[in-house]
Amino acid sequence: MQTIDMATTPLRDLNAALQAQAKQTNQTAWEIVNPKGAHAIAVGLDAPIEVTVKGSTGYYCAGMNKQATVKVTGSAGPGVAENMMSGTVIIEGDASQYAGATGRGGLLVIKGNASSRCGISMKGIDIVVHGSIGHMSAFMAQSGNLVVLGDAGDALGDSLYEARLFVRGAVKSLGADCVEKEMRPEHIAILQDLLTRAGADAKPEEFKRYGSARTLYNFHVDNASAY
Amino acid sequence: MDQKKIPQTQPRQSWTFSNEVNSEIRRAAATGIYDIRGGGAKRRVPHFDDLLFLGASISRYPLEGYREKCATDVVLGTRFAKKPIHLKIPVTIAGMSFGALSANAKEALGRGATMAGTSTTTGDGGMTEEERGHSQTLVYQYLPSRYGMNPDDLRRADAIEVVVGQGAKPGGGGMLLGQKITQRVANMRNLPVGIDQRSACRHPDWTGPDDLEIKILEIREITAWEKPIYVKIGGARPYYDTALAVKAGADVVVLDGMQGGTAATQDVFIENVGQPTLACIRPAVKALQDLGMHRKVQLIVSGGIRTGADVAKALALGADAVAIGTAALVALGDNDPHLEEEYRKLGTTAGAYDDWHEGRDPAGITTQDPELMKRLDPVEAARRLRNYLAVLTLECQTIARACGKSHVHNLEPEDLCALTIEAAAMAGVPLAGTDWIPGKSGF
Repeated sequence: MQTIDMATTPLRDLNAALQAQAKQTNQTAWEIVNPKGAHAIAVGLDAPIEVTVKGSTGYYCAGMNKQATVKVTGSAGPGVAENMMSGTVIIEGDASQYAGATGRGGLLVIKGNASSRCGISMKGIDIVVHGSIGHMSAFMAQSGNLVVLGDAGDALGDSLYEARLFVRGAVKSLGADCVEKEMRPEHIAILQDLLTRAGADAKPEEFKRYGSARTLYNFHVDNASAY
Repeated sequence: MDQKKIPQTQPRQSWTFSNEVNSEIRRAAATGIYDIRGGGAKRRVPHFDDLLFLGASISRYPLEGYREKCATDVVLGTRFAKKPIHLKIPVTIAGMSFGALSANAKEALGRGATMAGTSTTTGDGGMTEEERGHSQTLVYQYLPSRYGMNPDDLRRADAIEVVVGQGAKPGGGGMLLGQKITQRVANMRNLPVGIDQRSACRHPDWTGPDDLEIKILEIREITAWEKPIYVKIGGARPYYDTALAVKAGADVVVLDGMQGGTAATQDVFIENVGQPTLACIRPAVKALQDLGMHRKVQLIVSGGIRTGADVAKALALGADAVAIGTAALVALGDNDPHLEEEYRKLGTTAGAYDDWHEGRDPAGITTQDPELMKRLDPVEAARRLRNYLAVLTLECQTIARACGKSHVHNLEPEDLCALTIEAAAMAGVPLAGTDWIPGKSGF
């Protein structure tokens, strides 16, 4: 276990050390203490290492992550795991706005709640939120899966493309072109896998699926009032 | 009275309701949708044409054109980046996307820019192998859509340009209609084939200058503080936007006026939102000067650069470099009169063709049609671009030497006068024949 104390180690040195880990490294376990809400912790990683941040983080923790597993024992600020490519990011507490924004792969697990715009413009990432999510989540979401065990705020999935949204609780309102869809066996299988990997105690059958009605894919003046 | 002998008043067209205006009203009435087109503002606005250089005189002596050196090199990103960019000429190629442009066109831009010793820039749609492979110096745009964004491309870029806005549409997002969303373009953008793709107008994970500062920190941490970080702004509020970009930590500010082009946007947006390039430069330079950052944070100006005189005037007003987009496409072969017959079939004429979003460009530049793309030979087109960039540089040097400058960056506002009151006010230089700078000095 390598421990880095952010009370004495500059952010640049922290990230440089983590980014320098090779794909075949045997120094796989890292612990970061005293993060005190610092921004850009553990960004741009590209090795199968496990990083545990003991505390809460500021903006963009684990941004553009590849391969690594990053766990935050506290809460995460805006843009956690933004544009993640692969790997796993786990937030034990809550996550602020834009969690998993534009993510292209990997799994983001938020054990608490996520604020507004969770999964905005997601491009292949899987996000599992144990609690609830705020308004405008999955806005313009392109692909991937967003799973919410709690409730969803206003305008869920506004203008989304091919992303799948699974919500167990109430949805305050659906955004433009977002509709409830049939839960077919393949969706149950996808959801079961995600729930298992995210350590979530819930049954797939309890969820509803939402997706794009695809009526706004090509602009037509008759749909102008939808924008 | 014989009616035939009464003099007839000539039919009079309305200035307000001109034939052009009426044709747009009829088109709108027929379709119910606004007009979409490519390019920048076509309306007449005060521009570099309205400025003149004074040249040498008894108090200023010139440099010999074929003997005395006039340097043109530019270094960008000296503020924070470990690896600033060194360019041989003060003219760069502006961001244009693969998707909007064909792969051959992107390759030609990379080849031509590299031969000329300058940089080219990606666009909304990610980095292609063609342009990375053929561009010695490549600037990677970080856009609201984040199409194709990934840390590997960030690291193999030579600089990163965070795009906040562009001159053709400050406050507007991108648009790529279904005709151009081919399988390859769709794959790069994680989108279904054939849909009308609309890019977001603002970034998904930050709002405001304080957030931008943290976003830039994140990008620097991912790229080990090696790459210059540019911030591109449209010509909206150039003083404040420049100041805020500097505050957020930019190495370079890219300032794009309303004549700067776009691949596709509403005509009403292009023609009615944003300020002319000429009006934007001095406020941006003043912001840099007020912060003590002029020449420390470099300024790249774009939007309507056509000649070496335009380059020289932009530099004299305080820019470190310029960027060209539309002019580069014309150099590649866009809107060439030899294709007039084909432009006629599309209901337009050479020089006016701007339906780039429809993907039917007979020049093979703004298209994804495989047959049309083949028409553009990237090697030949690159040679034309190289030649054009050389002419821009030679022209700029010619003017700089005439003003007695041993480096094009030594050009200054005192070398200029204006032909119109409007241009004098915008550029902050005296009206020709006077010492009057409207808004700054008495007549």
